Amino acid sequence: MSSLPLAINFEVLTDLDFWVAVATIAGIYAMFSLGLQINVGFTGIVNFGQAGFAALGAYAMAILVLEAGFSFWLAMPCAIVITILFGLLIGLPSLRLRADYFAIATIASAEAVRLFAQNADSLTGGNQGLRNFDDTWFEISESIESVLQSLGWSDPSSFAPLMIVVWVAVVLAMVGLTYITKSPWGRVLRAIREDEDAASALGKNALSYKLQSLSVAATLGAISGFFLALYFAFLNPQEFRPLITFLGYGVLILGGLASYYGIALGAIIIWTLLEGTRFIDLPLSEAQIAALRFIIVGVGLILLMAFRPQGMLGKKEEMVLGD
Amino acid sequence: MEAGTLTADEGRTPYERLREGMSERPAAVALGLLAVIALALIVSEGLHDVAQTGLFGLSNGASYALGAVGLTLVYGILKLTNFAHGDFLTFGAYIALLVNVTWELPLAVAILAAMVLTALLGVVFEVLMWGPMRARKAGVLQLILMSIGLALVIRNGIQFVAGSEVSVLDVDVTSNVELLGLRIGETEALALVIGVTVLLAVGLMLRYTLLGKRMRALSDNLDLAETSGIDTDRIVLYTWLFAGALAGLAGVLLGAISNVKPELGFELLLVIFAAVVLGGIGDAFGALAAGLVLGVLIEWSTLLVDSKWKIAIGFIVLILVLIIRPQGIFGRARTV
Repeated sequence: MSSLPLAINFEVLTDLDFWVAVATIAGIYAMFSLGLQINVGFTGIVNFGQAGFAALGAYAMAILVLEAGFSFWLAMPCAIVITILFGLLIGLPSLRLRADYFAIATIASAEAVRLFAQNADSLTGGNQGLRNFDDTWFEISESIESVLQSLGWSDPSSFAPLMIVVWVAVVLAMVGLTYITKSPWGRVLRAIREDEDAASALGKNALSYKLQSLSVAATLGAISGFFLALYFAFLNPQEFRPLITFLGYGVLILGGLASYYGIALGAIIIWTLLEGTRFIDLPLSEAQIAALRFIIVGVGLILLMAFRPQGMLGKKEEMVLGD
Repeated sequence: MEAGTLTADEGRTPYERLREGMSERPAAVALGLLAVIALALIVSEGLHDVAQTGLFGLSNGASYALGAVGLTLVYGILKLTNFAHGDFLTFGAYIALLVNVTWELPLAVAILAAMVLTALLGVVFEVLMWGPMRARKAGVLQLILMSIGLALVIRNGIQFVAGSEVSVLDVDVTSNVELLGLRIGETEALALVIGVTVLLAVGLMLRYTLLGKRMRALSDNLDLAETSGIDTDRIVLYTWLFAGALAGLAGVLLGAISNVKPELGFELLLVIFAAVVLGGIGDAFGALAAGLVLGVLIEWSTLLVDSKWKIAIGFIVLILVLIIRPQGIFGRARTV
């Protein structure tokens, strides 16, 4: 402990393992928020249930591996399908509603998933959580580590393999999303965002396109859920609180609406700032520092919304203002 | 009602007429449904248990209703879906904790302090945030995210100052009151009496006073109210005072019944939203009734399933209402 109230902690600042972990969690949030981007930024639907998609994806994967004996590789696509079906189930009745009702409906559905994970102990382990669903990942992780060693990184950080896989997936997702958003399909999404009635008048089934957009978000949410499960090597309902979705919105808004690359930038900045509080030895308790971080996130959200609602890389003309 | 429906009644099957009647009188249908649920429960679980849990439910439901009426008026008048409303309840509970436990003053003083300071909190953010944002014609997403930011600031601000431990108010948790063979804790009885009394006062005030009528007029149609000469800026401030004071009271009552922790309000936000939506967004009387009904339904559910699932009733009602009747049981069909 430093005696100065505001000393900078250089040990943390130069700790490579620490930064690898930050980069990993930032990548996971980027994946999570890419789903919000296609909904909010490109389709104009205010999805507040992304944490529910991540939770359902992660739990479905883990339960299929642990209870049904599926292989890791089969469990993941099955979990994605389950998450998409859940998204359709929620979206079908609630996408007809106004934006604020849809926001409430989606946050309630995400909380319903979390409540189920917390209370259906026999299936989900309740608050004790689930472990040992990631044996296959350990094998992959070890082989990536040995490749890294052969490339000259003598003692790779334990999160390095996950960091690499997460960011490769994020880059692939960004490239793929950019491609489909520029396609005729993506143009219809943006037409719906700008003027749903006009798009419908041109014969486009707006509800169907919105459901497709929600399915893409559910897929990306489920994948980020897998990564989160591997990151913690442990699944617990607390990892999927509504706060996670709110942080995802922080990433989305900071990076900028209707910009996929903004998401990557936003995720890196937010997690550097959040974890960066560790460089500074403040004369505060652990709980106070945790509270302070979220006060900063809250103030940041308020100021961004007040003064630069389109975010850093977003375009004002692509901002959904709603009515 | 449109002119066309006057003559369209001929040549319809009784079933179609019934369907139409049901969608025209949703409150009656809801009341009927509630009666059926109550009867079924009485038959299977016995009158005593149903009445006992119902009484607990009313005690909680009065506080949900107090929270919901403020949230619904703020929505109706300001078109603001305030995700920070739950944290207003928490703020009130912590003010009461400070006054009642740290300063060792009586609960009545704590309740008054909580109401006054939470009311002021509402006005402070109106002046700092919501007023300026309305002037700039901010969109739905902007307002929702700002209220989420505010919720984070209030909750974590409380946690920063007061810590994240669970605390209790200085109330009597051992004595019981017996009434008609039903047993209820003295604190719960107190919360029930205070809650219902204030709800009645709020209902009368909204129904008969000029301020109440103006608030409802603004909530119903802001532009029309403005054109008819109502000073909307003043009513907006009163609405925040009103919503804040009721939220503060609800926070203290809920804190007295169970305990006080930083997540107190946020955990109940969806139940309060459920009451708002069930009552019809913007409808103050609807929110009052729906809050009480939800409180009772949630407690009744413990007769059938483990009490750890009881909060799920709030979600189920919320999702069902949004799917079946998003305008709520008292709302008329408008675009939602």
